[in-house]
Amino acid sequence: MAETLDLSLFVEPGDAGASHMTLAVEGVSCAGCIRKIENGLTKLPGVIDARVNFTQRRLAVDWRNDETDAAKIIAAIEAIGYHARPFAPERADADESAQAKWLLKCLAVAGFAAMNVMLLSVSVWAGNVSDMTQETRDLFHWLSALIALPAAAYAGQPFFQSAFRALRARHVNMDVPISIGVSLALGLSVYETAIHATHAYFDSAIMLLFFLLVGRYLDLAMRRKTRLFAGNLASIKADFAHRLDANAELVQVPAAALYPGDRVLVRAGERVPADGTVINGVSEIDESLVTGETLYRPVRAGATIYAGSINVSGALTVRVTAVGASTLVEEVERLLDKATQARSQTVQLADRAARLYAPVVHTAAALTAIGWLIAGAGIHDSIVVAIAVLIITCPCAIALAIPAVQVVAAGALFRSGVILNGGSAIERLAEADMIVFDKTGTLTLPEPQVDSSAGIAPEILEKAARLALSSHHPLAAVLARLARLRSPYAGAIEEPGEGVRAVIDGKEARLGSASFCGLAAEENAAHAAHGSDASCITFAHDATAVTIPIRQTLRPDAVAVVEALRKRGLALIMLSGDRPAAVAPVANELGIANWQAGLKPAEKIARIEELKSQGHRVLMVGDGLNDAPALAAAHVSISPITAAHLTQAHADALFLGDQLKPVLQAVAISQCARRLMKENLALAVIYNVFAVPLAIAGLVTPLIAAVAMSGSSLLVTLNALRARLRPGVVP
Amino acid sequence: MNVLIYLVPLALMLGLTGLVAFLWSLKSGQYDDLDGAAVRILPDDDMPSRDIASR
Repeated sequence: MAETLDLSLFVEPGDAGASHMTLAVEGVSCAGCIRKIENGLTKLPGVIDARVNFTQRRLAVDWRNDETDAAKIIAAIEAIGYHARPFAPERADADESAQAKWLLKCLAVAGFAAMNVMLLSVSVWAGNVSDMTQETRDLFHWLSALIALPAAAYAGQPFFQSAFRALRARHVNMDVPISIGVSLALGLSVYETAIHATHAYFDSAIMLLFFLLVGRYLDLAMRRKTRLFAGNLASIKADFAHRLDANAELVQVPAAALYPGDRVLVRAGERVPADGTVINGVSEIDESLVTGETLYRPVRAGATIYAGSINVSGALTVRVTAVGASTLVEEVERLLDKATQARSQTVQLADRAARLYAPVVHTAAALTAIGWLIAGAGIHDSIVVAIAVLIITCPCAIALAIPAVQVVAAGALFRSGVILNGGSAIERLAEADMIVFDKTGTLTLPEPQVDSSAGIAPEILEKAARLALSSHHPLAAVLARLARLRSPYAGAIEEPGEGVRAVIDGKEARLGSASFCGLAAEENAAHAAHGSDASCITFAHDATAVTIPIRQTLRPDAVAVVEALRKRGLALIMLSGDRPAAVAPVANELGIANWQAGLKPAEKIARIEELKSQGHRVLMVGDGLNDAPALAAAHVSISPITAAHLTQAHADALFLGDQLKPVLQAVAISQCARRLMKENLALAVIYNVFAVPLAIAGLVTPLIAAVAMSGSSLLVTLNALRARLRPGVVP
Repeated sequence: MNVLIYLVPLALMLGLTGLVAFLWSLKSGQYDDLDGAAVRILPDDDMPSRDIASR
């Protein structure tokens, strides 16, 4: 049956019968790839334009509807040799890139103003010690005002808006003192200029904005980069579903385009695309991604199945139900709500600093003014000194101290395969003193592997693996990955639910259940030999018959990583939804003494709450749908990229690849980053200890302010860069 | 010092020109694909015999 591909979800209609689509493309690595894809597509009839964005690894295509369609274009890209999947642009994505552009514009304006005002200021400073006349100095000050006031009004918007929002919500963030400082400095400078005074602080105010905007922009750019990458990954891995239309025709649609009430066909070996009820068919499903259980669950008409589980043996017809309509998902959602609300409102280092900073600085400025008044100075002089205190305490260093480290650390994490969902995760990761692991798919690989310790001869394994290429069964798919020759045997026939057979070297070979291979009596014996946690697949050829055990295996570096984490002084616990018989050997191998098996989502949460109430800060690492509430309840959480969608959404960070090492690196880099953040705050405080007395004594000139401001900002930025200089955290 | 009357506006105009040029380049999407621009200068239409794409 020819199956049509419906991609209307991703296609944006253009004008005059044209359409536009964005695709995430895998494997674009050089100039040649760009040329091959662009030339290959523009040669197609109907394609108006194809443009690869190499930075984002995305492809934008425009075409005329009457000559070609989205499915043909994707097929053409596959034919050229690249894997492409349509990309559904998210609102958050568009918002963020608009914000990045806006910040860049503000940065450009602030940069322009800072350079030109500084040009005038340096002349004034030089003139003040030589022969500049009063009139020339006033002219230069007025020119500075002309540049600085509109520039600050434009480039200061990110800070003014954020400060206003914070004040309306009745709390104080770092942007409040920044906004007050900038406004006062500009106001004072205009007044000073009007009374022909020697000093004006236009340059300080504008330079402050410029430095802060650099920090803001870098921060946003880092977040955008990780989000782009995660978005591409999600598109490439997105599931497609076979939807049965009213006239029983099959249409292939993206899983995101399914609605409650749709009927979908799930063939053997495919992933279930949405939650639903089985209306036809008998099969077994692998729910390890949902519950952590590694034994297959038999299903028949009427059974409820969950998105993310894998259909093992027979084809199923499923009616899609609304998200959250099934009991398990409902329970998970309910627990999630509670966990997210209860998540302790951790106060971040930056906010704590801001909360301390604003009142201390404003009190100091007020006391300075009062002090000078009492000492007999005039009102004007007292206020000038007080404002100098506000300017010199320079939120610069403090406001840069933490974001700079976050940017550098997020970059280091990204390079070691960890994608952060938010900047605050770094601090919380560093605070963790206990790690709770899920077993299935987290400590073990997401897919089972052929047990290499069974001692099967390589040539027999190769034959079995090649024969497995002709099967749709998930266990056979695992075996098939070992085949060195990727061509299936000619004439291989799959008997659904039984196995495959083919004629190899003139003799019949069979791969499948023991009874299919004529070895019914040996099935129990094989299970006894390989343990109850293994699934067995039998291969018979000529007179030889072997049972190939396939089981969940640990991630290749799990033992070493667990050991290294323990050495760092972290307590380790394993909480699994799987059977005790399957959990015990894993715990044993890793040397984790504290483990529990057969836990339901609510029990996992209860355990985590208990640990939290004992004063532990828990890092939860898990991938199943059943882990999602626990991930949200924990102090901080990490998921592998293979995790269920809902679970990924509630994790603070995701890690890529088959190795567990990114978890260790995430902990190591975050601890290093937190140390640097504290150092930076200390540097900012030390700077103020020296600078504030000078300002209170009334000795600060605009020149001193400019030098101090750039100096302290440079110092904290350079210190933050040290997070990048320590790549070898982990052996 | 009268020279300042036209030198200072001149300096400002130069700075403004730079700012406008930057804003224009930002608006026309020249920063959308920075890595792409770097690799796009490399291809090789003058060397059809050697397929660099197959590296």
